[in-house]
Amino acid sequence: MQRRNSRWLIGTGLAVAGALTLSACGSGSGFGDTADAGGELTSDSAQGLNVLIGSSGDAETASVNAAVAAWSEKTGTDAKVSVASDLNQQLAQGFAAQKPADVFYLSTDALAGYASNGSLLAYGDELANKDDFYPSLVNSFTYDGEFYCAPKDFSTLGLVINTDLWAQAGLTDADIPTTWDELAAVSKTLTTDTQVGLALGGEYARLGAFMAQAGGSLMNEDNTEATANSAESVAGLEYAQTLLNDGVMSYASEIGAGWGGEAFGKQLSAMTIEGNWITGAMKSDFPAVNYTVAELPAGPEGQGTLQFTNCWGIAADSPNQAAALKLVEQLTSKDAQLTFSEDFGPMPSIQSAADEWKNANPTLVAFLDGADYAQGVPNVKGAADVTSDLNAQLESLKTGDAQAILDSVQKNLEALLK
Amino acid sequence: MSTPARTPRRSGIRGGETASGWLFTAPMIILLGLFLVIPVLMALWVSFSDWNGRGSPFGGTVSFVGLDNYSALVGGGGLAEQDFGTALRNNAWYVLLVVPIQTMLSLLLAVLVNRQILRGRGFFRTAFYFPSVTSSVAITVLWLFLFSASGAVNKLLAFIGVNGPNWFNDPSGVLHNLLGAFGVETGPAALTGNTFLGISFWEWLAGPSVAMSAFILMAVFTTSGTFMLLFIAALQNLSGDVVEAAMMDGANGWQRFWRVTLPQLRPTLFTVLTLGLIGAWQVFDQIYTGTQGGPGKTTLTPAYLSYQAAFTNQAWGQGAAIAFILFVIIVVFTLLQRWLLAERGVSARRMRPYLPIPTSGGSK
Repeated sequence: MQRRNSRWLIGTGLAVAGALTLSACGSGSGFGDTADAGGELTSDSAQGLNVLIGSSGDAETASVNAAVAAWSEKTGTDAKVSVASDLNQQLAQGFAAQKPADVFYLSTDALAGYASNGSLLAYGDELANKDDFYPSLVNSFTYDGEFYCAPKDFSTLGLVINTDLWAQAGLTDADIPTTWDELAAVSKTLTTDTQVGLALGGEYARLGAFMAQAGGSLMNEDNTEATANSAESVAGLEYAQTLLNDGVMSYASEIGAGWGGEAFGKQLSAMTIEGNWITGAMKSDFPAVNYTVAELPAGPEGQGTLQFTNCWGIAADSPNQAAALKLVEQLTSKDAQLTFSEDFGPMPSIQSAADEWKNANPTLVAFLDGADYAQGVPNVKGAADVTSDLNAQLESLKTGDAQAILDSVQKNLEALLK
Repeated sequence: MSTPARTPRRSGIRGGETASGWLFTAPMIILLGLFLVIPVLMALWVSFSDWNGRGSPFGGTVSFVGLDNYSALVGGGGLAEQDFGTALRNNAWYVLLVVPIQTMLSLLLAVLVNRQILRGRGFFRTAFYFPSVTSSVAITVLWLFLFSASGAVNKLLAFIGVNGPNWFNDPSGVLHNLLGAFGVETGPAALTGNTFLGISFWEWLAGPSVAMSAFILMAVFTTSGTFMLLFIAALQNLSGDVVEAAMMDGANGWQRFWRVTLPQLRPTLFTVLTLGLIGAWQVFDQIYTGTQGGPGKTTLTPAYLSYQAAFTNQAWGQGAAIAFILFVIIVVFTLLQRWLLAERGVSARRMRPYLPIPTSGGSK
């Protein structure tokens, strides 16, 4: 018995010693000397740059590859683009190992988590083209008062209308809805036995536009205060509830589609509320459907839409931050963004490219016009959990209580701000 | 002094065997230690620390926070507790339905294909085993198609006049729906008013959602084949003479199965139930590729929640804590089930019919 005990002791001792050895290796690679905004950027030019992207497809991969290769050739700094299969996971592994990609796509959801643990370089204020970005986009990537990363591009929601079904129902261009009442009216006209007037995804990222039109939001502009259960927010959600209960609007999932674009493309609905990414899906999956894009109608407090964006993150542990910054400046320049837009469709994040973009995409102007009044999604740490909880509750909005739903969101958001 | 007494045991012809033993097992011990034991210990530490995902979890900036991560999950009152409660609720229903159904089904299939008179046994064995060797990701994608709103399953249901649900988009609980059919829409205040782990008892009793039910069917479909194989192996190991003896005693087929075959399968039953329990509590692939916890968080499971907490929310301590709570749950269930299946002496009451009856005159 005694012998067995001592063996166990030896075994446990070995395991603990092993763990300690590993930990020593881990922490040996140097802690603490990370550059903050305003500090000196690292510039070990012997090291090439690794760019990690979460690509939507071949077109995007090829386009980013070409842009980075062109920059690499011009500056003589090596740069390699890799496509992540699971961006969040690969980023997390890189940060934990302290060997992250130097430049990477970063979503508004992920910003707070990485910014708060010091993984990100807050380089926004050092960008040469800093003042050219839309202010609302800069807000989305500002955490704790610091502008962390350059918005890569953005999208807004618009009202997408099937022109053939529109004409069949006897509607003309003059009938394109500009108010809530008009939206309800045309949705009703367009609803038939085989199609619903308006279909959209049953989530905050779509229904939130109604809240914005009513003057509400989940959080204030600076993400310092929760405003989810304000009377305005509730009014927006209740309007959506009315449309659902009148049978003139449906969630895409209720009519057998994965998202609004699919419901629209399969002509299960005559209108949908989606972002500019819908153009790609329409071109590849439903080329026969004719459509037009209009701005979302105004609610009681004027126009409102939501915007979605990603930024070019730079790692605090990057050995060559100076070159990374130069690369990002190049990738967010007017020429580069207009090329990206042509190749795979996003809207440029800088104001100076707006006119050219509108000229090149006359049918999609409504999306870019939305930038003037678009609202970002909350970016405080843990906000993604709260919105996914809200999404879960919104699935049963039809029979639910808008006030109660938003009260719970308010409670959850306030807990994050403590 | 006991040392002199010990020495003789080490010497002699078998003295070197201990060393060689260790030598031969060393590669596996090192591999397991490096890739299993040490990572598990590291994760255990992370669950008690405030590590935020940057650098080594043993670095200078990481500190011990005691049970903070655990208490946020089981008593924090916030979203974390609510999500964890929801995930446990979903998975508990999943286990409750998957484990018994797959065990019974696999036993039934094993008995069927083990019959000597069945023609084409090989074909059936392969057919039943086939889903088990297919990747779970592929099957999940297949399932998403089959169970879509206008998919094959709903077409079949429509054929017999049933209006099928919108499977993977329907967050309503099956039990709630059943009660709803009898006009019970909201539960009694005692159930709706009181909560456990952030969700009300009425919600605990919702049953698996329609979406989760599709996953339950899938789990049964994919794993029954594997367990059927285990049961077949066990059935072929049983000696025929016991069954023959039972036949001679006049036991019919039903009695032979329940009283003779099944008790002999007890060790296999234990294996199947244990593997089933572990697999069912750790369900992850299907959720990750299929629904990501939706609709309405009704397919969220602790394993997926752990991944999500760590990798998308950077709450690494909480993610690790979920994993260890899950570990404890699995161990407790396994021990409980071991105790339930343990061999016990037959009680006198149960024994009585089998004892020779002294007053009887003789055999027929």
